[in-house]
Amino acid sequence: MTSAPAATAPARPVGTTPDRPAGSIRRRQRLRRALTGWAFSAPYTVLFLVFMAVPVVVSLVMSFTDLRSTDLRNPFAVNFVGLDNYTRLFSDDLFLRSSVNTLVFVVIGVPLTIVLALAAATALNSGLLRFRALFRVGFYLPVVTSIVAVAVVWRFLLDPEVGLVNNLLRVVGVDGPSWLFDTKLALPSLIVMAAWRNFGFLMVIFLAGLQAIPGELYEAATLDGASRWQQFRNVTLPLLRPTLLFGGVVTGIGYLQFFEEPFVMTQGGPLSSTLSVSYHIYNQFGFGNYGYAAAASYVLFIAIVALSVIQFRFLGDRK
Amino acid sequence: MTTLDARVRQRDRAAKAVLYAVLTIGLIVVVGPFVWMALSSLKPEGEIRSVPPTWLPDTWTLDNFRDLFSRLDFPLFFFNSALVAVAVTAGNLLFCSLVGYALAKLRYPGKKVLFLAVLGMLMVPGMVTFVPQFVLVSNMGLTNSYAGLILPFLVGPFGVFLMRQFLQSIPDDLIEAARVDGAGEFRIFFRVVLPLCRPALATLGILTFLASWNNFLWPLVVASTEDKYTLPVALALYSIGQNRTDFGLLLAGAVVVVVPVLIVFLLLQRHFMRGIATTGLK
Repeated sequence: MTSAPAATAPARPVGTTPDRPAGSIRRRQRLRRALTGWAFSAPYTVLFLVFMAVPVVVSLVMSFTDLRSTDLRNPFAVNFVGLDNYTRLFSDDLFLRSSVNTLVFVVIGVPLTIVLALAAATALNSGLLRFRALFRVGFYLPVVTSIVAVAVVWRFLLDPEVGLVNNLLRVVGVDGPSWLFDTKLALPSLIVMAAWRNFGFLMVIFLAGLQAIPGELYEAATLDGASRWQQFRNVTLPLLRPTLLFGGVVTGIGYLQFFEEPFVMTQGGPLSSTLSVSYHIYNQFGFGNYGYAAAASYVLFIAIVALSVIQFRFLGDRK
Repeated sequence: MTTLDARVRQRDRAAKAVLYAVLTIGLIVVVGPFVWMALSSLKPEGEIRSVPPTWLPDTWTLDNFRDLFSRLDFPLFFFNSALVAVAVTAGNLLFCSLVGYALAKLRYPGKKVLFLAVLGMLMVPGMVTFVPQFVLVSNMGLTNSYAGLILPFLVGPFGVFLMRQFLQSIPDDLIEAARVDGAGEFRIFFRVVLPLCRPALATLGILTFLASWNNFLWPLVVASTEDKYTLPVALALYSIGQNRTDFGLLLAGAVVVVVPVLIVFLLLQRHFMRGIATTGLK
């Protein structure tokens, strides 16, 4: 596509072309503007439609069919099965189990991550100036690393026989548990690891939020005799609320999809105690049950949308 | 009065000491695993498992890395990861800035719908699209190919959002002046607008490269033979396959995945922090 005819670009004075009606010029102008706009937007839009928007819609359609991997060659063998996939999902013990695991992961993981991040951000914002950059970079470090690599490292750290954690415990005379092989401890171990990896991200966002709070508010509170804790409760927390919520929702959306951690560390075990919804979807996909996997992924999608709606609700209050 | 001051100062100093102590312990807990990973990858297998554990290797060795690069095909996995990440980053920088400019500065029909669709897509997780994406890519005959690994990530909603946001801050007069000088729309974009976008492009480039480098689900699904594995896929599959107990080998693999990213992060950490803070606060 060539660029729009440049020489005629500033065609402001309509009256300069007296023999043509103004309406036709305006129409041509509008057409040129449309062409320019779409010349810029078209490459993105085509890729966006083909690889993102259409798959979202197709995914929904797929979830009402019995599409299997063997049907890829002849799509006409596929039948519409209505809500069968969805009703099957809610009688599928593994799906229910994975939903509970995922909820636990979110409900415990998100507050844990927020508390760690807020503590770190408050500490780094509390007038302590030396080494601040060092701590900030250090805490942020795990955020940029691959979850797969981190999960491999943690699997070895938590190895009951030869892992560093239990080796250190042994040095102080404690017999450590078999973390990832224990149905009660495996999921909490993954949650702690996720919080460890992600709190640095929220910390940076919270730090920016804390620095946006005007210092005079704290001065006024100090003059009124408010203690540090009271200042935190009554000044910091309310003013940081939108940022906290934003952080909570972003983290929640991520945690709702947790997948790499159980894939590498536990393969969903022991006894499905770390099977996540994403992992279940992946497994169903692997078995070739595409329609069923699509239905499960839409349920996950709805959970994520619900979370985002809550975000817009709360953030809307700000203005 | 002076004694009270002294007592307050003393208490402040004590509080500060506690704060430093807590932060330092936190730093050890956060950074420690990476140090352990790097040091252990340089130890022989037996020493990694020794009780009590050693920090510095008693015997330094590169055997784990030698195995990784000769017995397994890690140079190829590294190349695959780099190729995909570079292509994906280039695509996002170009396409997202083009459409971001149109959304921020041009008036044309359908613009609002496009922007809303992109915004909506921000909420859609990869888990929702990967099954139909896979069906699509396999119907195009692109499974287990570089094109199949790259195409679905060539554009994304986040980049548009970021670029549009940034481009709105560029004064209209500048663009109008170039237009009056007779420059074509694409010339204006590439010569006038894009050079001003360097900070936003840097942020988008870093974040996109990182996301692609660490991406797991899609390459796991699309790459079916080893020669198309990316680093995370290779590492994950080896770590649950027959090499699952080769601590040294897998830790060396983790080093190869993590260390390049950490170096880049430490060099560019200012850009990272700014990018995160601006996207977080909108």
